[in-house]
Amino acid sequence: MSGDAGLDYRGFYARWYKPRLSRLWWLRRRTYLLFIIRELTSVFVAWSVVFLLLMIRAVAQGAPEYERFLELSRNPWILALNLVTLCLVVFHTVTWFIVAPQAMVVRLRGRQVPGRLILLAHYAAWVVLTALVAFVVLA
Amino acid sequence: MADSIVLDVTRYRPEDESSPTTQNYEIPLRKDWSVLDGLNHVKDHLDGTLSYRWSCRMGICGSCGMTINGEPKLACATFLADCAPGPVRIEPLNNFPVVRDLVVEIHDFMTKLSTVKPWIIRDDEKAPADGEYLQTPAELAQYKQFSMCINCMLCYSACPVYGLDSDFLGPAAIALAQRYNLDSRDQGGHERLDVLSAEEGVWDCTFVGECTRACPKGVDPAGAIQRYKLTAATESIKALLMPWGKR
Repeated sequence: MSGDAGLDYRGFYARWYKPRLSRLWWLRRRTYLLFIIRELTSVFVAWSVVFLLLMIRAVAQGAPEYERFLELSRNPWILALNLVTLCLVVFHTVTWFIVAPQAMVVRLRGRQVPGRLILLAHYAAWVVLTALVAFVVLA
Repeated sequence: MADSIVLDVTRYRPEDESSPTTQNYEIPLRKDWSVLDGLNHVKDHLDGTLSYRWSCRMGICGSCGMTINGEPKLACATFLADCAPGPVRIEPLNNFPVVRDLVVEIHDFMTKLSTVKPWIIRDDEKAPADGEYLQTPAELAQYKQFSMCINCMLCYSACPVYGLDSDFLGPAAIALAQRYNLDSRDQGGHERLDVLSAEEGVWDCTFVGECTRACPKGVDPAGAIQRYKLTAATESIKALLMPWGKR
């Protein structure tokens, strides 16, 4: 970036002490750690999408292929992975909902909708979508 | 309450040492003394060589930001009694080069701040004789919290993204850009667009949210940045669909 904030006194640059952020900076605070876990959850969110796509492909290819897919899902390693994935995807969703009111400023008839209502709307949408999926799968 | 408290103050004297050291000072513990009062006591009575910035003593000037017990704080708004029994660890702000003792180099922030044009930009300037630009309380409420920023840089100190990548425009500069973008009297949003929607503008932010928690004036820079991401995305889609439109 260029610009001029008055007299340039950076001639003393060599004498400044420039601390480096340690590689373990994210262990320094609880909020940093939670943030890093949240970032890592995206890998598991991606896996959940891949798993879903594999399932859809298996369904499209007929009953024997779907049976094979179910067999694969019963593998203890896949089961464990999917359990971890479920936990982390829920963590991802809940933490995303928590920050949503900060990012969304909605105005209705000139008044700002309170953050709590926006949070509630997110949970309501989650419940409705889950019910819809459950209905399609179970019916 | 004990009648004294120890300050563990980071010293850096570039003419004598190549990295910072810690020096302890025992000072009187008074109920109404802030950390800044404690440092002033050191400067006046114990060690005149200690360097730090301060000015107003009332949370307005934004000069006395430092790291107190690991947290970015204003020294004038942090009370010694709340840190008792001590010792109180006082370090310079994180993420900035240290010039001397508790004094950090702020050229980077000052330069970035001016790139977002934090002032009212008008296409058509009224003559002073034609009166002021009127604003309703609702219009004021749109940007008021962002106007509380005092440029103390505690948010930069709290932000790990800025610590890792100093090209990031940073929380306060973006919040102050939004202070003007959301002002009904301002018409300069398009002039701030390129700087804000650049990769090192809003998109570098990964929404850690520490800037908002660190702010001593109740500003929400994290919210301002996320809101501008939506604006930047909308503008880039508009520019794609209507390349002939006004930017």
